[in-house]
Amino acid sequence: MTGKIHLNYVIPGDDFTRAGEASGEVKKKLKQMGVSPEAVRKVAISMYEGEINMVIHANGGTIDVDISTTDITIVLKDNGPGIKDVALAMQAGYSTAPDKVRALGFGAGMGLPNMKKYSDNLIIDTKLGYGTTVTIVVKIG
Amino acid sequence: MTVEDVKDVLGARVICGEEHLKREAHTACGADMMSDVLAFVKDQCVLLTGLCNTQVIRTAQMMDVVCIVFVRGKKPDQAMIDLANECEIPLLCTGHRMFSACGMLYESGLRGGASY
Ligand SMILES: Nc1ncnc2c1ncn2[C@@H]1O[C@H](COP(=O)(O)OP(=O)(O)OP(=O)(O)O)[C@@H](O)[C@H]1O
Ligand SMILES: [Mg+2]
Repeated sequence: MTGKIHLNYVIPGDDFTRAGEASGEVKKKLKQMGVSPEAVRKVAISMYEGEINMVIHANGGTIDVDISTTDITIVLKDNGPGIKDVALAMQAGYSTAPDKVRALGFGAGMGLPNMKKYSDNLIIDTKLGYGTTVTIVVKIG
Repeated sequence: MTVEDVKDVLGARVICGEEHLKREAHTACGADMMSDVLAFVKDQCVLLTGLCNTQVIRTAQMMDVVCIVFVRGKKPDQAMIDLANECEIPLLCTGHRMFSACGMLYESGLRGGASY
């Protein structure tokens, strides 16, 4: 593998059925590139959790994926409501998801802890009323 | 246990992915919350669920689930079937409820697999 690869996705906020398309594509791409199954799995799970969060909590946004020879960086940016207390949001089981989201199979408060577990670096930059940028880094090899 | 064994034990109908029935399953997980599946599922897992939307297939794709079993007679729609075919995930459908379906597979030797 040589050089850098950059991928960009616009995530619609009003179409729950399409949430995860971007993560699915990235997963396929990494597999094709011969990235280790371990790293592919870490990216797939953490990016998908972030993509779902973007749709259910923030009305969509954009995702930028950079693949280098040493790591994969995923930047999820939204203009949603922001997160009031990040430390609290990081706790397993904490969720503000409404019942209608729970009926769709999400809203257990497991996403952010799971993203932490499956990434080598997780940075959450958020401002109430302005939006949230989540950066996930997964090392390759 | 293979996907075919899962089908036989549950008397399940194969909706798509007939060509993948020889795949080996090592563990199983019964859940209606995809959040929990993403947090706890181990490799080569059978996913049993009563939830029926495209995110079930997406979740299974991310987790490399071996096959999905819809319990209580839930039927996936065409969009879900198309996505499952694209992701090469067999879909099975059984009339049994979650508790019974899990129990039958457990009795046949399939285990949950701890995740720590
Ligand atoms: N992009 C975001 N914008 C605004 N709030 C967010 C965002 N991501 C997460 N949150 C807040 O952090 C909480 C915890 O997020 P987390 O992903 O851990 O759980 P969840 O999405 O509620 O449920 P699950 O991930 O289990 O489906 C959310 O309930 C929400 O309040
Ligand atoms: Mg979440």
